[in-house]
Amino acid sequence: MSSGVLLSVEDVVVDLPTPRGNLRAVDHVDLAVGAGRTLGIVGESGCGKTMLSRAILQLLPRKARPSGRVMFDGQDLLRLPAEKLRRLRGRSLAVVFQDPMTSLNPVLTIGTQLIETIREHLELDLAEARQRGVDLLAAVGIPAPEQRLEQYPHQLSGGMRQRVAIAIALSCEPKLLIADEPTTALDVTIQAQILDLLAREQRRRHMAMIIITHDLGVVAGRTDEVAVMYAGRVVERAPTSALFKQMRMPYTEALLAALPKLDAAPHTPLPAISGRPPDPTRPLKGCSFAPRCRYAAGRCNTEKPSLSRAETPGHLYACFHPIETGAGAVA
Amino acid sequence: MAFVARRLLYLVPVLIAVSVLTFVIASLLPGDLAYVILGDQATPENVAALRHDMGLDQPIWLRYFGWLGHILQGDFGRSFRTGQTVLQAMSERVPVSFELMILAELLGLAIGVPLAIACAAKSGSAFDRFMTGSAFAMLSVPSFLSAILLIYLFAVELRWLPATGYVPFSEDPLANLRFMVLPALTLALAEWPGIMRVLRSDMIAALQEDYIALAKAKGLKPSRILFVHALKPSSLTLVTITGINIGRLIGGAVIVETIFALPGIGRLLVGAIYNRDLIILQGVVLLVAAGFVIMNFIVDMLYAVLDPRIRHGHA
Repeated sequence: MSSGVLLSVEDVVVDLPTPRGNLRAVDHVDLAVGAGRTLGIVGESGCGKTMLSRAILQLLPRKARPSGRVMFDGQDLLRLPAEKLRRLRGRSLAVVFQDPMTSLNPVLTIGTQLIETIREHLELDLAEARQRGVDLLAAVGIPAPEQRLEQYPHQLSGGMRQRVAIAIALSCEPKLLIADEPTTALDVTIQAQILDLLAREQRRRHMAMIIITHDLGVVAGRTDEVAVMYAGRVVERAPTSALFKQMRMPYTEALLAALPKLDAAPHTPLPAISGRPPDPTRPLKGCSFAPRCRYAAGRCNTEKPSLSRAETPGHLYACFHPIETGAGAVA
Repeated sequence: MAFVARRLLYLVPVLIAVSVLTFVIASLLPGDLAYVILGDQATPENVAALRHDMGLDQPIWLRYFGWLGHILQGDFGRSFRTGQTVLQAMSERVPVSFELMILAELLGLAIGVPLAIACAAKSGSAFDRFMTGSAFAMLSVPSFLSAILLIYLFAVELRWLPATGYVPFSEDPLANLRFMVLPALTLALAEWPGIMRVLRSDMIAALQEDYIALAKAKGLKPSRILFVHALKPSSLTLVTITGINIGRLIGGAVIVETIFALPGIGRLLVGAIYNRDLIILQGVVLLVAAGFVIMNFIVDMLYAVLDPRIRHGHA
């Protein structure tokens, strides 16, 4: 890997003990993000993308058992002592959660929640931290930032709250921002604004970003690389342009096909992926997507395909019957 | 300010209902006041005459409005036995019960809140399970039992504190506190389990919230996450039960005041019931009920201080 790698996830496994047996939420995942680069992680609910992000942030449920290595800036986050981790979080590693309705504390003012982060990590007095807070709110497009500092989350709309959450994440100039479904809880009209804001601030601050989403449309054009996750595993990984030019994994193709299209004729049925993801407490012997895959045959049900290289550089996929090159993505 | 005014306005119908109930219940108690005053030897004529003098032969609603009219002028009536007015009797007793209530609540909170926070921070641990079990056990110990055990331990065996008695705070603050410690502790032992269990479960719920995950992701110190981000939104139920506890103790602690021989409202009420001193009973019950209602009003105000969503009418 190149020297510019900021975060590398190496063979990460997250097991969750449940009453029904062990649930493998993340299954031997390898990923890397270069400084200033953007990685998109795509998959449907339950595919392990959020668990993976929580493993990176070390915010896993108490009973979860992670293994592997999460190297960030030369340190393994999985083995970092609590105090060192605390100084890293919010400072060089920041996060924006899915739902701004629940991720801000309802009984503390916007100002408190923003300024406490700044004061925790930067050597600023209260007035300087406050000024920085005002500048941040202005930077994320919040009108009348001075007044907003005194307000509580419930006095702001969902989109405004997500902007506040982004301002908090940006407050100490992190090297990596993890945005976990940052627009899923928002109105469609607000989604593009928030994504554009994230992209703009990322360029301005030269930070790396991981966008986690179930929506391939969100990562198209906004990321350098995309990893598609299914049943806890990365099943396809490629530079974004290569992926959209030629996806190889039938699951990726099905995800794209399931997006509603503006140019489709009215009342066209949406080609949803039939069936449901496999029970994560009962791992399949073969490819986890095989039961839902229209290309599945023979050894798909008996052997797990490993992530292997495609012809295009940087393109990896885990499939025995990849979509033929030249066939083009089925839309 | 509009919020406060609106809440104050709610108090008016509640207080009227309280006064009606107090009056009706006291009137329904068996035993005619005239017989009580005149004794067994009274002739029917004497009784009828006294009933007429006292207005007892009037319909109940007329008597109610007469009583209410006097109360609005500050006249709650006087005891036919001691000649003391209700307000005089109350003013002697309230400081005792009030001090007892404050000390008991402070002690209860001082025991319950830190334990709740410690248990919530380590929920499921051996410490948490032990404390939750102990709280449950304490909840089922009646206060007369803990009072007797405390007296035995601190007054009889260790001889650190007096068993019973009372000195007004104004006369000798130190002696007053020595007399108050055991009764307050007895009450606090019954208060802390409720405080601890409620706050513990609210904090455990709060600690699961997204905003706590974000607070951790912001790299805040664990103490700040616990005491600011989790404790503040968890304290609404705590305020409620503290308010209810205080409201209950405004009426005095009958058993504890009796065991420790404290001249508080609880003993005044019990005495009034034994002696059929209905005027005192009515007046005291009304004032205690009013105190309870006002305490609830204060709790409502505290909600608004703690939760901005209530302040802004969003919840």
